[in-house]
Amino acid sequence: MQDWATDFDHTHPDYAAQATEIWDDLRARCPVAHSDRFGGVWLPTRHEDVAAIAHDTEHFSSEGVIVSPWKPEGLAPAGYAPPITSDPPFHAIARRLLLPAFSPASIARWEASARQSCQELIAELAGAGPVVDAAAEYTQHVPVRVIADMLGVPRSDGDKFRGFIHRILENPGGSVGNLAYEDTLDYYLRQVVADHRQNPRDDLIGFLIEAEMDGQKLTDDHIGGTVALLLIAGIDTTWSAIGASLWHLAQTPSDRARLVADPGLLPVAVEEFLRFYAPVTMARIVKEEVEVGGCTFKERDWVLLSFPSANRDPEVFEDADRFVIDRVRNRHSAFGLGIHRCLGSNLARMEMTVAIDEWMKAFPDFELADAGAVRWSTGQVRGPRQLPVRILQRGAE
Amino acid sequence: MKIILDNSKCEGHGRCYALAPELFDADDEGYSVLKITGEVPAGSEEHATLASANCPEFAITIED
Ligand code: HEM
Ligand code: SF4
Repeated sequence: MQDWATDFDHTHPDYAAQATEIWDDLRARCPVAHSDRFGGVWLPTRHEDVAAIAHDTEHFSSEGVIVSPWKPEGLAPAGYAPPITSDPPFHAIARRLLLPAFSPASIARWEASARQSCQELIAELAGAGPVVDAAAEYTQHVPVRVIADMLGVPRSDGDKFRGFIHRILENPGGSVGNLAYEDTLDYYLRQVVADHRQNPRDDLIGFLIEAEMDGQKLTDDHIGGTVALLLIAGIDTTWSAIGASLWHLAQTPSDRARLVADPGLLPVAVEEFLRFYAPVTMARIVKEEVEVGGCTFKERDWVLLSFPSANRDPEVFEDADRFVIDRVRNRHSAFGLGIHRCLGSNLARMEMTVAIDEWMKAFPDFELADAGAVRWSTGQVRGPRQLPVRILQRGAE
Repeated sequence: MKIILDNSKCEGHGRCYALAPELFDADDEGYSVLKITGEVPAGSEEHATLASANCPEFAITIED
């Protein structure tokens, strides 16, 4: 038998299938696991250790945030995708540039169009059924269409983004092979930015064109890189969070009934979905030898920052292993902790709330059509990728 | 009851101004700003406690 404490592989389907049991087991007996894979990687599971690492930018660098055999080197403090791969002091500059566009007030402006996108997707499903794939046919498309509206590109272009992102995520740092330049994200972004320069408008790309860093306007490369990061950080994450929420509801009639009876509970429920099904685990690279939970982390080791495991630590949460839809004390860290706190958290919350609300209005009653056909992603972003559900009741038009 | 907001710990998770909008506001970058000085107004004690209990960064403390 493989022991997760000394030889885990977070990219393996077996790990994905039992992730929460693995964290609970490790937290109780180990609490910092290690594996020789990927050149050596640590997995702290207690909230206390995860929080300490996220706050300690002296010993831990964000130069590498996705554990893979390719370990970035010599790219700090900016990294290959600022601000997520940046360290202080550069990080604050790159982050501050984007914060105003993602503040609660700025995000509120996009709520109506997000709602409209969800309604469009549901209208496309209305004729289908009784079995639909809630992940492939609904949750997958929500963040793509919302970010298309925010950037100011046609919603139909949104579907191209997924192709671009998956190529990048599946082959980080790799070449584009024999792809024609016209089919790359790079080419696409150049066209879009040029079009915005010619026809200025009030959207996210318009904002970036006007923005200044150290008194200088941004180059097209910088704007393109930022848009690419927003696509990469904002799509699979939110898709996973909405999908996991619907997966939960499909299996929990009492929680479906609560939300139908009291839609005002949704913002509180969203926080519990985020705690219980936190989709994102980040990584760090050790800068300087340091001790965590009794283990010595060596320079250049990988460390997985399991916010999902921290969210189930009984030291911080009452009934940590129970989903409590109206949980009132919920200090979850699904959006990270410290200086890299998710820049898109206000957007992600808005998308989750709107997407679940519109789904529940259209399909107040539904269940898993085939539990065996549900497929979860592997790796650092966790959520259902196939989710066949049977619609049991449709809402009034 | 008094609220103490430690701005050096706040990372802009936005839980406080969502749960207690009469006590906290967001600045242009989404970080928290305390809207009151001194005592928590009568009737807002529960909101103040909620905001403190939901801040992921432990940036809000309550003094009785
Ligand atoms: C439910 C959905 C989401 C979850 C759970 C999530 C989670 C996270 C986490 C845990 C981090 C911290 C990274 C670290 O510590 O290294 C992060 C950072 C970030 N996220 Fe999200 N995210 C979500 C949606 C989004 C969206 C919609 C966007 C934007 C379109 C976005 C953009 C970013 C960016 C730019 C950063 C880097 C911030 C920095 O380094 O200062 N995220 N996210
Ligand atoms: S909840 Fe805490 S971290 Fe978030 S904005 Fe309020 S004070 Fe800041």
